Amino acid sequence: MSVVTESTEPAEPDGPSGPGGPQTSPEKLLSPVLSAFWDEPESWTLETYQRHDGYQGMRTALAMPPDDVIALVKDSGLRGRGGAGFPTGMKWQFIPQGDGKPHYLVVNADESEPGTCKDIPLLFANPHSLIEGMIIACHAIRSSHAFIYLRGEVVPVLRRLHHAVAEAYAAGYLGKDIAGSGFDLDITVHAGAGAYICGEETALLDSLEGRRGQPRLRPPFPAVAGLYACPTVVNNVESIASVPAILHRGKDWFRSMGSEKSPGFTLYSLSGHVTNPGQYEAPLGVTLRQLLDVSGGMRTGHRLKFWTPGGSSTPMFTEEHLDVPLDYEGVGAAGSMLGTKALQCFDETTCVVRAVTRWTEFYAHESCGKCTPCREGTYWLVQLLRGIEAGKGTAEDITKLEDIADTINGKSFCALGDGAASPIFSSLKYFRDEYEAHVTGGGCPFDPALSTVWADQSPQEVNA
Amino acid sequence: MTHTPDTAVGIGMPAMPAPDYPADVRARLDADAAELVARYPDSRSALLPLLHLVQAEEGHVTATGMRFCAQTLGLTGAEVSAVATFYTMYRRKPSGDYQVGVCTNTLCAVLGGDAILDALHEHLGVGDDGTTEDGKVTVEHIECNAACDFAPVVMVNWEFFDNQTPESAKRLVDDLRAGRPVEPTRGAPLCTYRETARILAGFPDPRPGAVEASGGAGPASLIGLRLAKGEAGAGRVVAPRTADHPAGERPPEHLSAHDAPQKTSASDPEHPAGPVSEEGEG
Repeated sequence: MSVVTESTEPAEPDGPSGPGGPQTSPEKLLSPVLSAFWDEPESWTLETYQRHDGYQGMRTALAMPPDDVIALVKDSGLRGRGGAGFPTGMKWQFIPQGDGKPHYLVVNADESEPGTCKDIPLLFANPHSLIEGMIIACHAIRSSHAFIYLRGEVVPVLRRLHHAVAEAYAAGYLGKDIAGSGFDLDITVHAGAGAYICGEETALLDSLEGRRGQPRLRPPFPAVAGLYACPTVVNNVESIASVPAILHRGKDWFRSMGSEKSPGFTLYSLSGHVTNPGQYEAPLGVTLRQLLDVSGGMRTGHRLKFWTPGGSSTPMFTEEHLDVPLDYEGVGAAGSMLGTKALQCFDETTCVVRAVTRWTEFYAHESCGKCTPCREGTYWLVQLLRGIEAGKGTAEDITKLEDIADTINGKSFCALGDGAASPIFSSLKYFRDEYEAHVTGGGCPFDPALSTVWADQSPQEVNA
Repeated sequence: MTHTPDTAVGIGMPAMPAPDYPADVRARLDADAAELVARYPDSRSALLPLLHLVQAEEGHVTATGMRFCAQTLGLTGAEVSAVATFYTMYRRKPSGDYQVGVCTNTLCAVLGGDAILDALHEHLGVGDDGTTEDGKVTVEHIECNAACDFAPVVMVNWEFFDNQTPESAKRLVDDLRAGRPVEPTRGAPLCTYRETARILAGFPDPRPGAVEASGGAGPASLIGLRLAKGEAGAGRVVAPRTADHPAGERPPEHLSAHDAPQKTSASDPEHPAGPVSEEGEG
C-alpha cells in the first residue's frame, strides 16, 4: 500500500484500502486528551492547567469515598501504560486497608526503554496532570506520601516537576487539608542516577530506598510489602496522568474510546524513518497503517522493513503487521506486546543485525548482575552478535544465539532478560536470511550512511 | 596500576582514610543534606540525592564525598561505594564542565548518532569518555534518553539538543569550548556539570527563567495534536493518499464518526473504536 512507501507518485486512487479500512482523517483517528493543550504557550503552568479543567477530577474524587474511586477507576477499564497493561484500579484494590501501616504511591517516571518517549514529553508539557492523578490515587489507597521517581538524565523535566509540585503546594492542592477535604498528601520528587533496571518496579523500590537497583523476589508483591516493606502502588506516569480525565468526564466517556478490554486513549510515539516522528494520542486499537496514513508515511521513497510495537523489549514486527490493532489483545495475538507504544520504524536501509546487536549491547550494559542467565547470557549474546556483524560469525553462531536467548528467556530474575531475548527471537524469525548473509558474505551488506536522516537530503531541500 | 589515591575512586574500598571536607564546606553540605534527608521517611532513601550533592561539590564522586554520605546516613563505606558504582550518572574521575552525550542506542545510532559520535571523536581528538585538554568537554555515548521522535539526540549536561547532525554537533562543542552561550532545543541555558548535579540532588534551579526556557512542548511532541486540530500545515506533513487531490483540498469525507478506525480491535469487533470529543457522547 502507498502508506508503506510514501512516495511522490500518486497513490492508487481506487485501490483497496487495506484491512484497516478506508483512509481516516487525522481529526477522526486521533483523540488528544493528555496532549490536548500542549500547544499553549505555557502549557506546564498551574494557571494553564486550570483553564483546561485542571484539578476538577480531584474535586470529584475527594468528595467520594476512597473505595468508590477505586471502583470507578476499575470500571473504567484503565490499564497500565508502562508496558504490562495490568488494570490500574485492581492494583489499587490490592492495597490492604486498616493494616495500620503507612501506604505509598510511587510513580515510575524512569522512562528508559529504548524507543519509549511518551512520559518525558508529557511531564515536560503538562506535569500537573500527573500531580492531580497522584492526589486522586493517594486518596483512593489512603496514602499520605507519594514519590515521583524520575530518571536523572532529563533535567528540563526535573525543573518543571519541582516547579509544578511547588505550585500545587502553594495552591493548597498538596500539603495539609487539600482543598478543604481533610485529606493530607506530600509529594517527593526523586531523581535517579542512570540505570535502566530501575524501571522494573521492585528494582525501583530498592533504588528509592538508597540501594543498588536490583529486582526483588516476588511474592511478596509491592502491594503487600513495597517501599519500606509497606503496601505500595507503583504506577506508570501515563497511567496516573490519565486518571483525572476519567474522574472528571466519567468512565463511560473513557470506555467510548478503544475496545472493551483495552478502553481509552493513549500516547503512541512514532519514531525512526517516518516523515513525521512525534506523539500521536489516539484510542487504543488504531493500527500503524492508520497512524502512518495520517502522519505522512515512511520517509520519501522508502519501505517499512521492521518496527517495534512497544520498545525494543517487545518482539519486532514487519510490514505484514501493519494492520494489527495496537491494543493489548491485538498485539498479543500477533505475537508481541503492546509495551509502551513506542513505534520505532526502520526502513529497508537498516541492517537488522546491527539494530539487534546495539539493543543487545544495551541489555548487557544494563543487566544488574543479580541473576546468572541474564548477566552471562547478555554478555555472550553481544560477543556472538559482534562477530556476526563483522562477518566473522559461523552458521553455528546463529544457532547458538537462539540457544542462549532461550536460556535467558523466562529463566531470568526479572523481565529485563525476557526483553533481551525478544529482539533475538523475533529478528531470527523474520530475518534469519540476513544473519546468514552476514556469515556467508563475510560482513555487513548495508551502508549505514544510507539510513541516516540526512542521507536523502539534497542541498535545495529545506525541511520545516 | 593507574590508581591515584587523591582522585580515583575504584570499585571496592576507597583508599582510607579519605580526607574530610574543610569545615566550612562540611557545614554547608550538612545543612543541604539535612534538608534532603528530611524529605524521606527513611534516611537511607537520601543516598542517591546525596551522591548527586557531593558530585555537585567536586564534579565527581570522590572518596571524601562517599565518606560524607556514609557518615551522614550511618552507612558503611562499602554500602555507599556499592551504590555509587552501580549508577552511571556518578562519575568516578574528574571530567569536563560540559558532558556531551551522544545517543547511540539503536534508533538514534541508525538515524545518525554513530556518525555524530565518530565526528566528535575526530573533531576533538578524544576517545569515548575522553575530556578535551582544556577541561571543557567530555564526550561519551549514552543510552536511549526518551526523545526518539527528536532523533538523533545529543545531551549536554542532561539538556536536550534535538535533531542533531555531525556539523551541528561540532559547532556545539566548539561553542562550548569557546565559552559562547549555548541554548538547548528543550531545556534551560547550560550551566556547568556541577550546577546540574545540584539540581539532580533535589534543589530547584535558582536561575530566573530556567523553568520557562525553551517554551512548551517540542515540535515533534505537538505533531499529533496539530493534525487532530486540523492544523495539517504545521511541520512537513505529507499525506500520500491525498496526492491526487489538489493542494489544500480535503480528502473525501467519511460517512460517520464510527467508520473511522474500522475493526481496529480484533479482540472486540463489536465495539468499534473511535474518539469521542464531547462529554457524554456514546
